[in-house]
Amino acid sequence: MAVISYREALRAAMREELKRDENVVIMGEEVAQFNGAYKVTEGLLKEFGPKRVVDTPISEAGFIGLGIGASMLGIRPVMELMFWSFSYVAFDQVVNNAGNIRYMSGGLINCPIVIRGPANGGTNVGATHSHTPEAILASHPGIKVVCPATPYDAKGLMKAAIRDNDPVYVMENTILYNDKGEVPDEDYIVPIGVADIKREGTDLTIVAHGRAVITSLKAAEILEKEHGVSVEVVDLRSIRPLDEETILASVRKTHRALLVEENKPFCGVDAQIAYLIQARAFDELDAPIGRVSSIDAPQIYSKKLEDLQLPYPARVVEAALKILA
Amino acid sequence: MAKNAVITHPESLKRPAGPSEYAKDPVNASLTKADKIALYTKMARVRHFEQRCIRTYQQGKIGGFLHLYVGQEAVAAGTISLLGKFDHIITGYRDHAHGLLVGMNMKECMAELTGKVTGCSKGKGGSMHYFAPDKNYWGGHGIVGGQAPLGTGLAYAVKYRGQKGSCLTYMGDGAINQGAVHEAYNLAALWDLPIIFVIENNGYSMGTSQERSTAHPGCLAKRAEGYNMAWDVVNGHDVYEVRAKTAIALKRAHEESKPTILEIFTYRYFGHSMSDPDKTYRDKEEVKGYRETKDPVFLFEKELLNEGVLTKELVESINAAAMEEADAAAAFADESPEPTVADITKHIYWEEDNRGPKTTSRGTIIFE
Repeated sequence: MAVISYREALRAAMREELKRDENVVIMGEEVAQFNGAYKVTEGLLKEFGPKRVVDTPISEAGFIGLGIGASMLGIRPVMELMFWSFSYVAFDQVVNNAGNIRYMSGGLINCPIVIRGPANGGTNVGATHSHTPEAILASHPGIKVVCPATPYDAKGLMKAAIRDNDPVYVMENTILYNDKGEVPDEDYIVPIGVADIKREGTDLTIVAHGRAVITSLKAAEILEKEHGVSVEVVDLRSIRPLDEETILASVRKTHRALLVEENKPFCGVDAQIAYLIQARAFDELDAPIGRVSSIDAPQIYSKKLEDLQLPYPARVVEAALKILA
Repeated sequence: MAKNAVITHPESLKRPAGPSEYAKDPVNASLTKADKIALYTKMARVRHFEQRCIRTYQQGKIGGFLHLYVGQEAVAAGTISLLGKFDHIITGYRDHAHGLLVGMNMKECMAELTGKVTGCSKGKGGSMHYFAPDKNYWGGHGIVGGQAPLGTGLAYAVKYRGQKGSCLTYMGDGAINQGAVHEAYNLAALWDLPIIFVIENNGYSMGTSQERSTAHPGCLAKRAEGYNMAWDVVNGHDVYEVRAKTAIALKRAHEESKPTILEIFTYRYFGHSMSDPDKTYRDKEEVKGYRETKDPVFLFEKELLNEGVLTKELVESINAAAMEEADAAAAFADESPEPTVADITKHIYWEEDNRGPKTTSRGTIIFE
């Protein structure tokens, strides 16, 4: 078991899959010669050459659409978006073409594409570069969306995504790229659609995904040390498919639920989770479900304020105490 | 409004239609009598299928949109007649002809229009979404120009695999102002992809004429020069000319792995779709003029009668058979069952439809 960064974990996943399957191609802006805008793909061009690791022009609708078309013929493109925010200029390809082709063809055509890149705020780059479109995209049947929070999950989910026969959108987080964690040396995948209990507890369930998991774990630490509260943190890992049973089992154990995400609150992922819990575990609840999301405004540029706009441990603690009162 | 340059029409379109100047082109001269009859039959089948669709639509059996190909037959028939094992096609929403010409049968095509489970897309796609990947036909796409990057990807895959093939990516003249099309042009030229962008120029992007929609340097294909790409203009009323010029582009794709834009001048006799009353943007006389002097099916029929390939009797029997086939398809569509409510949630994910030891993903994927 090696300790590597989230970035290295993603790279290792792509490297191993490039070796395993000659249909895998890495494609995106600056992925090859530049070694990746965030160095996620560093060294892959040198190792695999320009046929397998391909620089694209700044042309998201064009190259994402190209990847989708190639995937219809069995190529397995792993497309990097420098920011998931840039998917908005390729939305017709990402949603209409990748998401609908299997359905509209009555199951005749598959689209085994992976689109990956960071989808997060908190980096002081303003509203247009800080979108978190996991809820928007996961609301389209036909698309799978995963949001790894740790290096272990980043590698395992990326490998699962590349082997998957449906379009899988991997939402990473630039703030997590340097986070380190244990990653097995041997081949493994994290099955898509399986949540992970990142911390066990008995008094309150926090459901989170992506970097909100890390924030929630910090909050859980504070809640235990300063308030004597035992918190269970459920990391969704995958938004669609959604591991409903793990969420429900945890709520049935703790009887209280707090939902934390970095999305804006309106129609966020947690709106769906809240519906799920009230529909299937209403009688288990000892308190109303709580939510912590980003403050509902376009992402602010100001660094100091952006840190306050996103969920942070103290806000999570405060919301937890309200539910526990 | 800025004046466009004078339109660069293909030479043959500047003269009244007569015997094809391309009959002796090697690609046509090499056709046997049977090949020619087959090509004519295919065009006639497209026409009769489309005309039968009108009746089915008027009977209220086809919902949504119905974009007819009548008048444009030589474009799809000519181009598709040249394709081989590794040549693929993809098009926009005026997609019935392409389907029939790659070998889809009228029954599955008609049943798709009436939303039946026996339809080519099992009633999930409709008129704009025919697919036959086993025949290298990748649809049938509803969003104008959205298929251009996909076609570029198909060509990319062909090249990646080292196959001597191509992708013919069809679009209407209205599509060429979409950003996705220009992004596809750039990638195709930048990466030397074996693709032919076929602009089926019928003069109108829905109800807006080319003159009112498009700035151009003489013709739409010429925009290729901005991407250092080869281009040509083609008289789409003459199936021999379509074949001759497509063959050049195809050779460029197969042997040099280079893209081409072909602008094929054609004309549609009916509205943009059946919901277009066709009263505001063009003259009835204009339609009449095309029907009487440039009809691609009649021109080819005349050509083959003159060549002694067809006889009046043969023409009649081919057309009667095509009509009968279209009627039988309509009857098949009538008799076919509707999809069930349970079918609504099938064919969304490969994984859901193929549950077994090989599927790894879990969790809820279809929500209540």
